[in-house]
Formats: sequence, structure tokens, C-alpha cells
Amino acid sequence: MMSREGNTVMKIRTLGRHVREGVKNLGRNGWMSFASISAVTITLFILGVFLILAMNVNYFAQTVEKQVEIRVFMDLLATKENITQVENNIKKLPQVETVSFIPKDEGLKQFKESLGEKAYLFEGLEESNPLPDAFVVKTKQPQDTATVAAQIKNFQYVKSLTYGEGTVEKLFSLTGAVRNVGIGFIIGLGFTAMFLIANTIKLTIVARRREIEIMKLVGATNWFIRWPFFVEGLLMGVTGALIPTVMLTVGYYYLLDAIHSSFEASQLFKLLPLFPLVYQVALALLAIGAFIGIWGSLVSVRRFLRV
Amino acid sequence: MIEMFDVWKTYPNGTNALKGINIRIEKGEFVYVVGPSGAGKSTFIKLMYREEKPTKGQIFLGGFNVSRIKERQIPLVRRSIGVVFQDFKLLPTLTVFENVAFAMEVIESNPKQIKPRVMDVLGLVKLKHKAKMLPSELSGGEQQRVALARALVNSPGIIIADEPTGNLDPETSWEIMKLFEEINQRGTTVVMATHNREIVNTMRKRVIAIEAGQIARDEQRGEYGYED
Repeated sequence: MMSREGNTVMKIRTLGRHVREGVKNLGRNGWMSFASISAVTITLFILGVFLILAMNVNYFAQTVEKQVEIRVFMDLLATKENITQVENNIKKLPQVETVSFIPKDEGLKQFKESLGEKAYLFEGLEESNPLPDAFVVKTKQPQDTATVAAQIKNFQYVKSLTYGEGTVEKLFSLTGAVRNVGIGFIIGLGFTAMFLIANTIKLTIVARRREIEIMKLVGATNWFIRWPFFVEGLLMGVTGALIPTVMLTVGYYYLLDAIHSSFEASQLFKLLPLFPLVYQVALALLAIGAFIGIWGSLVSVRRFLRV
Repeated sequence: MIEMFDVWKTYPNGTNALKGINIRIEKGEFVYVVGPSGAGKSTFIKLMYREEKPTKGQIFLGGFNVSRIKERQIPLVRRSIGVVFQDFKLLPTLTVFENVAFAMEVIESNPKQIKPRVMDVLGLVKLKHKAKMLPSELSGGEQQRVALARALVNSPGIIIADEPTGNLDPETSWEIMKLFEEINQRGTTVVMATHNREIVNTMRKRVIAIEAGQIARDEQRGEYGYED
């Protein structure tokens, strides 16, 4: 009895044949393969550029967000016990990352430092320091700042607090918008890439409908017909992803190099380091490339299997 | 053996291609299927290798109930049939040898058996010396011989031919017909749709005439019977 359709255990030599056929087909349909790989390369290159851009914008937003902190000022009448009590209460809040205590002497020192040359105006204040003891609170998620601040405000012996109310909200809505636009752009580009590539692959397969027709007529099973196209799609997708990955890695390396060689630029732009950024981008592009290659091939071949 | 019981075929556009066909073709027979264009010959042929499904009725072929099989069993039916077409249907990018070997590869034959078997059938159709050529380098008759070799390579019990000489000049047609006769004499059933009056009237075989979707005539050693 001949092997049955639906026989999932593929013979090793058959697998070898499918891989060989897939590779051979790339060569036999040279121009079509070239067109498909080019389509993958170009779209994934654009996608990669936006991915790197979006990741850096996100990184920048994160850096800015991390600078957000709450300054909690204690009542002047609070005793040491009261202050410890408040510190413990703040630490108990689940959103809080760190709490650092700034005693009034330290506060004054920081205040004077911030004045620079004019610090002499406050000379002698050490004797009767008017500043309160304070805490600097950082939250795990910068977006929780306002909520945490509202809670701390209600604690006993907390006189007042500041966290850049209003400004912080604006900052977060801005960084949030930048992130959403970035994600939207990447998803849109991803779909465009998929459509473009699937279409090109479809053309290569339409050119080979005769081959599929003959395979069906001599009794090939559907999966036997699909496998070489699967291999071919995978190879086209991966090749099409490797080229932009290499281009982007080299390009980003030189961009970092150029920025680091200029002091002003390196102060202005804090870019993500080469690693692990390129790994992440490479992984994303390869996965997308492989997926659309395979998907495009299989979807297109399906139309011709109903002979 | 091929059997059809009250087979009807209505296409989605409403055309009644076949209206109640009953036929029995024994193993080893040689049958011509004749009739005017559009009378249902092609549909009759296509039902056998399950390119078309009957609307009604039963078809038995080589142990399969072709009218009832599942989609995924179709490859099995096709492996017991060799099909030859008017337009050869060769793959232009493959050599003669590869075109024939292709039919063995796709049914996952043992690779060690492929080369000797392909050379065998190429010998039968007298094209061994052109094994490395591309179809475009061959004449029409030679291309049809390659197609015939491909149909034969998996040793099917039945060869179905749809106007195999339709694109060939008379002399080449005869060469092809002699090959069909030889194959038939080795025990393979041959079912051939044809418009070739001279061949049918000279190489006398069973003739089934289909007119307006019905069997109008079924004679042993029959005549073509139409003024083309």
C-alpha cells in the first residue's frame, strides 16, 4: 500500500526533497524570488527604522519619566517617632519604589548649593533652620505619582508635598501619545509589509499554477505540494529580513559613533546602546519575515490546490 | 475496470453535461470516446480522474468509489490512473528526464528506483537519447511521448487520454497511437477521447459515442461516424 494522505510522519528523505526543491525553486524562479525578497527587504527596512526610532523615543520618555519624584515636607512639630512612622507608612504603599529621608540640615545644604554664588545670603541659617525635614519618594511606575502623592498628603504630620503637579500630567500624556503613535505606526507598517509580500509571493505562485496542477494530476498529496512552498517562503522571508538587519546594525553603529564623537550631541541625544537593541530588532524582523514568507506562500498555494 | 451507474453532471451555470450515463469498461480494454464538441466527452473523462464530481450517480474505478471518496483520498485514485492531455502539460523548466521522474517523486517512490524506471519508460517511448533536453527543444510528437512516459511511469492500470493527437500532424499522430496500442497490449486499459476520424476508423476498437450528454452508440470495433 502506498503512503496515505494524512500520514503525518514524513519520511526523512521526503523532508530532504522538500528542502532541496524549495531552494531549487528560489533559483528557478530567480526574478520572482528577487522581487519577493526585495519587497521583504524594503518593507522590513522601513519597519526596522521605525522600530529603532520608536524604541529610542520610548527610552527617552522613560528617562524623563524617571526624573519625576515626590517631595514630602514634614510638619515642623513632628517628632522623630512621627517621622519614622510616616516613613514606614510611605514604604507600605505598594506603588512606592524608594523613599529617602532628607533631614532639614541636608535640605538646607542642597538649597544653598542650588543658589550657587548667592548662597552667602543665607549664611547663618544653620542656627535656626526654617526648613522642614523631607522625604523624596519615587514610584515604581512614574504614572502612579499623582495617586501616591494624594495618599501621602493625607498622612498625619505631612505638611505639604510637591511633584510638579500639572507638568507631570502633561509630560505623561505627551510620552503616552508618542508611544501610541509609535505602536500604531509599527502595526500599520507591519500590515503593509505583509500585504506587499503576500502579493509578490502570490505572483510567483500564479506563475507556477501549472506545476501545481500537474502535481495534483499525478497524485501528489496537498501537503506534498505545500512543503516546498513553505520552505521557499521561509527562505525568502528570512533572507529578506537578514539584509535590513545587517544594514540597520551597521547604520546604527555608525550613528552612535558619530554622536559619541561630538560632546554636545552626546549630551543632547541619549540613545540606546547597540546591544541589546540590535538583537531585539533582528529577532523582530526575522520573526516577521519568516512569518509573512510562510503565510504568504501557504495562503497563495491554497487557491490552486482545489484542482 | 471502470463502471458508471446513472451518472449525471450539472455544472453550477445550469449546463446539463451528462444525463444518465451507464457504462462498463473491462480491464485491458481500448475504448474511444467520440462525439461532437460540447456533447459531454470532456466531462465524462474528467469524472474518471476526479477532476469533476458527479451531481448524481456512482462511479467505480480500480476499487474506488470515485463519486463518494473524500477530498484527501483523491491522490490515491490519481495514482492508479495515467492522464495524457492534448496540450501535453509538461513543466517547461524541467528536462525530459526530470519531467518523468517528477511523477515518481511526488508519490514518494524510492529514489533508487526512479532512475532505472524513468529510463525504462523513456526507452518505451524511444526518447532515451533526449533525456537531458528541455521540452522546448522537442517537437510536438516528442513532447507528447514524454507526457505519455510520465503517465506510464507509475505503472497505472488505466491510461486516460483527452485528445492526445489533437495538436499533432497525421504522421506523428500515428506514432503516438502505435505507442498507445503497445501499452494496451501490455494489459493497460486505455480510454481515449478523440476527434480523429481516420484513426478511429483504421485502428478499430470499441467506440462510445456521447451526444447531448447521453450514450448514443456503444460498438465493438465501431466507426467514428461523424462528418467532421
